[in-house]
Amino acid sequence: MTHTAASKPILKLMNVGKSFHKQVVLKNIHLTVQRGEVTVILGPSGCGKSTLLRCLNGLELIDEGSIRFNELELTPKGRQWQAVRERIGMVFQSYHLFPHMKVIDNILLGPLKVQKRSKAEALAQAEELLERIGLLDKRDSYPRELSGGQQQRIAIVRALCMNPEVMLFDEVTAALDPEMVKEVLEVMLQLAREGMTMIIVTHEMGFARAVADRIVFMDKGSIIEQGNPKSFFSEPQTDRAKRFLQQFYEIETWKGRDVI
Amino acid sequence: MKLDTTFMIDRIPDFIQAALLTVEIAAIVIAASLLIASMYNVILYNRVPVITTLVRIHVEIARNTPLLIQLFFLYFALPSLEIKLSNYDTAIIAMTFLGAGYLTEVIRSGIDAVPAGQEESGLAIGLSRAQLFRYIIFPQALRISTPALFANFIFLLKETTVVSAIAIPEILYTTTSYIALYYKTYEMLIMMTAIYLLLFLPLSFLLSWVERRCQHGTIGT
Ligand SMILES: Nc1ncnc2c1ncn2[C@@H]1O[C@H](COP(=O)(O)OP(=O)(O)OP(=O)(O)O)[C@@H](O)[C@H]1O
Ligand SMILES: [Mg+2]
Repeated sequence: MTHTAASKPILKLMNVGKSFHKQVVLKNIHLTVQRGEVTVILGPSGCGKSTLLRCLNGLELIDEGSIRFNELELTPKGRQWQAVRERIGMVFQSYHLFPHMKVIDNILLGPLKVQKRSKAEALAQAEELLERIGLLDKRDSYPRELSGGQQQRIAIVRALCMNPEVMLFDEVTAALDPEMVKEVLEVMLQLAREGMTMIIVTHEMGFARAVADRIVFMDKGSIIEQGNPKSFFSEPQTDRAKRFLQQFYEIETWKGRDVI
Repeated sequence: MKLDTTFMIDRIPDFIQAALLTVEIAAIVIAASLLIASMYNVILYNRVPVITTLVRIHVEIARNTPLLIQLFFLYFALPSLEIKLSNYDTAIIAMTFLGAGYLTEVIRSGIDAVPAGQEESGLAIGLSRAQLFRYIIFPQALRISTPALFANFIFLLKETTVVSAIAIPEILYTTTSYIALYYKTYEMLIMMTAIYLLLFLPLSFLLSWVERRCQHGTIGT
């Protein structure tokens, strides 16, 4: 993706900080995301990646700094989170489909009850999205009747059917069996090609490299390195990133895989 | 000992009447308790100030005092406050007070058992807290609680014996009345046992059926 310097960022985080009780989890986060850009956040476990994503749609509230979404200032106290969440989709590690609802009702709940769209119009979109991921025949199944990979793709469609401007993905393949990882990543790659603005937390390094316009590397609650994937993977600037990548290369070598 | 079977057969219509009344009271009490317990859980879920405390107080009193005491309290205390209720209404109110307390706890633990991720993914698609409760949390909590709810329905049906204390002609009261009138103690105790078994055995089978279905995920999730 190319961006003119003049293009307005879709998300702009300035000096964001967040603590749980006394423990500082995010500090001094500055991050700008352009429309259509795919940002991949990498970093060791516990460095605050999930918390950062969750601050973007108000599942956690920031203590310091500011988050700007388009023209909106996302203040912690405001009551506008519902409206923001309609426009920022989120997909979780453990899918969290609603187990008591059929696939189609999972997808339609937000469009019908939150966005108050017409049933016919929302249904048409839901079916088209299901068709695209090859799961239209599962529209009347219950989540428990689907594999993990299928459930996760449905969860992506559930978020997409709200027509969000940004999609957040928090380790969405981490709970999947290896053979199902690919089908989910392919859906995400396709989305990226279509120009969706995405912020992705993942431990799949090959995928990160393929999908990212920008890599953000975090450690201990701070962003310590940002760059395009090519330079990040070939010549990381910080020792911490070097060590982090080194671990992944080693693991991939044990597995006998060659993904990077 | 010889049983007076003619006397027993003659009393069958009375016992059927009593059984119907027992079932009627239980049905009204269960429906009302379920309704109140659901409303209470909306209040607890939204942590509505003050009312939440009142709900907790009701639940604790209902669960920690004997039904007989609750019943006598209403039966003897209300008239002195110039509130005049029929015995039947007093029985329904006392039992609903008890039932609502128990069912509130059952549904609340069902709500607690709904995984936190459900709340988050509901919020993430922009549901309001009220919508979240109505479409996501409450339906799942009900499914989780189904076996416990059924067990409590049976418990409430059994508790109807207590309202015989204020002369409601349900099964126990009918039995003790005939014993007092005719001294047919064994006959009446046998009749009473038989009729309770007729009521409760099918319910017990229903309960274990519900439990099995829930384990297999047909009703629960
Ligand atoms: N609700 C919470 N209450 C208290 N501490 C929390 C909470 N959520 C996260 N933390 C802490 O904040 C830190 C960052 O957590 P976070 O989940 O954001 O890390 P992460 O980078 O996503 O890690 P992982 O790769 O393991 O998912 C951790 O130390 C975690 O223990
Ligand atoms: Mg995480």
